[in-house]
Amino acid sequence: MRVLSWVYLAAAYAFVFLPVVVLVAFSFQDGRLPVPPFQGVTLDWYAAVLGDRDLVAALVNSAMVATVSSLVALVLGFLAAHALARVRLPGTMLLRGMLIAPMTVSYLIIALGLLALFNQMGVRLSLWTAGIGHVVINLPLCFAISYAAMGDHQKSAERAARDLGAPEWKVLFLVSAPMLAAPLAAAFFLSVTFSWDEFIIAFLLTRFDVTLPVEIWSMLKSGLSPATNAVGSLVFLVSVTLVVVLEIFVFRRVK
Amino acid sequence: MTAGVSIAKVTQRYGTALALDGVSLDIAAGEFVVLLGPSGCGKTTLLNIIGGFAEPSEGRVLIGGRDMTGVAPKNRPTTTVFQDYALFPHMTLAENVAFGLRMRGIGRMAREAKANDMLALVGLGGRGAFRPHELSGGQRQRVALARALAVEPDVLLLDEPLGALDLKLRRAMQDELKDIQRRVGTTFVHVTHDQEEAMAIADRIVVMNGGRIEDEGPPQQVYLRPRTLFSAAFMGEINRIPVKDGVSRLGVLGVPDGCLCIRPEAISERGSLRLGPCRVEETTFFGTYLRARVSPVRAPDLRLVVHLPQRSAPEVGTVLDLGAETHVVLEA
Repeated sequence: MRVLSWVYLAAAYAFVFLPVVVLVAFSFQDGRLPVPPFQGVTLDWYAAVLGDRDLVAALVNSAMVATVSSLVALVLGFLAAHALARVRLPGTMLLRGMLIAPMTVSYLIIALGLLALFNQMGVRLSLWTAGIGHVVINLPLCFAISYAAMGDHQKSAERAARDLGAPEWKVLFLVSAPMLAAPLAAAFFLSVTFSWDEFIIAFLLTRFDVTLPVEIWSMLKSGLSPATNAVGSLVFLVSVTLVVVLEIFVFRRVK
Repeated sequence: MTAGVSIAKVTQRYGTALALDGVSLDIAAGEFVVLLGPSGCGKTTLLNIIGGFAEPSEGRVLIGGRDMTGVAPKNRPTTTVFQDYALFPHMTLAENVAFGLRMRGIGRMAREAKANDMLALVGLGGRGAFRPHELSGGQRQRVALARALAVEPDVLLLDEPLGALDLKLRRAMQDELKDIQRRVGTTFVHVTHDQEEAMAIADRIVVMNGGRIEDEGPPQQVYLRPRTLFSAAFMGEINRIPVKDGVSRLGVLGVPDGCLCIRPEAISERGSLRLGPCRVEETTFFGTYLRARVSPVRAPDLRLVVHLPQRSAPEVGTVLDLGAETHVVLEA
């Protein structure tokens, strides 16, 4: 039975990670196609990818969109959570529900809605519009994480700060936010990873400057190549790094 | 540095519930006042109104002669020590204590010096670099006290500050609190439901019940000459004997009509108000005294609690001739 459970564990991990392993392995393929047989190891494709100006530009765009949209989502989500955790109004439940609701709407619907809205308003598509889309999907996440982290302990510390003469913005900046440093960082990094590999919204809401997933998609249109595997591996590497950073600096400290 | 507080006909309603019912109270500058009462009596509501955390439905509060209506907590000459300490966990002790000074725009050097002085005052000198989670409950409460006193408030409000501490530590902190209050001279308004704590620290005890002030005065007066039955019972155990038309169930005692109240420790064989022979039903040793339950021979179904000297050891069934040394008669 012990052996069986180990086999099961191995099978489960293989199921999850085999595609990634294959993707990464064939990014080193010394040949024209990322398919078996494996013809030897080369870093040529990585050189080609990093030498491709469009790809590198897309990479920088993605990093910018992810960082800025996550920061905006975090600030808005935190402020909303702070307000709703304090004030008991008849509409609190409804407000809270409406803030979390976008989580249940598919990205495609959100993207289409924003696209129609931007067309109506005459807003030209750009990285900014994609960034706004990412704020829409990440705000509920940031709100939910911040809201869950707020407790009585924090409420009384804020009360003490006010009692000692702190104006409201200093209460937020010097007491509320620092006390929630770990969950806020978690919300931020999760938002960054979601924005980093989000495709549909970025595809529909960008025009000339695009993010990395959109660029990869346009590469795929011209057929399979180990170069796409190399880009995919780089994207994966960034996501993994973020998760590891999160694990080490945030979640471990919370425990 | 210190100011008096004047509470004028303060009423507080929550919906239809009346938390405070026309409370008036004058507190002198530098006085140590304890608001005492069971939970739900309005004592914490009154403290919140003095601190500005709640606005009264009616009436007003003056601090140092200034009307505090509409003044936010941060602009009041008051600070509060909370029961749950409410320290800032992400700051060092020195930063915690200096927080109020920082909010008042005092320079780093000056506020660090002041924070160290305040920590020394509460017996935590040299621990400025520690963080709250490294301290015990009693030490955290000292930091909270230092933090509240650092801004030199006119009035310090203490909301059951010792409630979370164990009994021994609580008694030790009481002495210290009293000592610190004498040194800084600030007006202290302290809320508690522990009557022993109240007697240990207060210049004046204000007994509250049902949103009203039942009784007030120095500890000795409130304990020995309470104004109401509630106050008498809340301050400690008491024997009640109803008297009507000059006659009680123990016969004619020569006291006015009402409810004759006698503390257990006031009853002895020498007491001048004679209660007559009483049979010992049960005794328990409490260290400083022997607690006995007795029933008067003249009214066998009446039970009296008597504190006898610790060395006395009357057998159950012994008949003692008892009398009360002090007593009060209150309206029933």
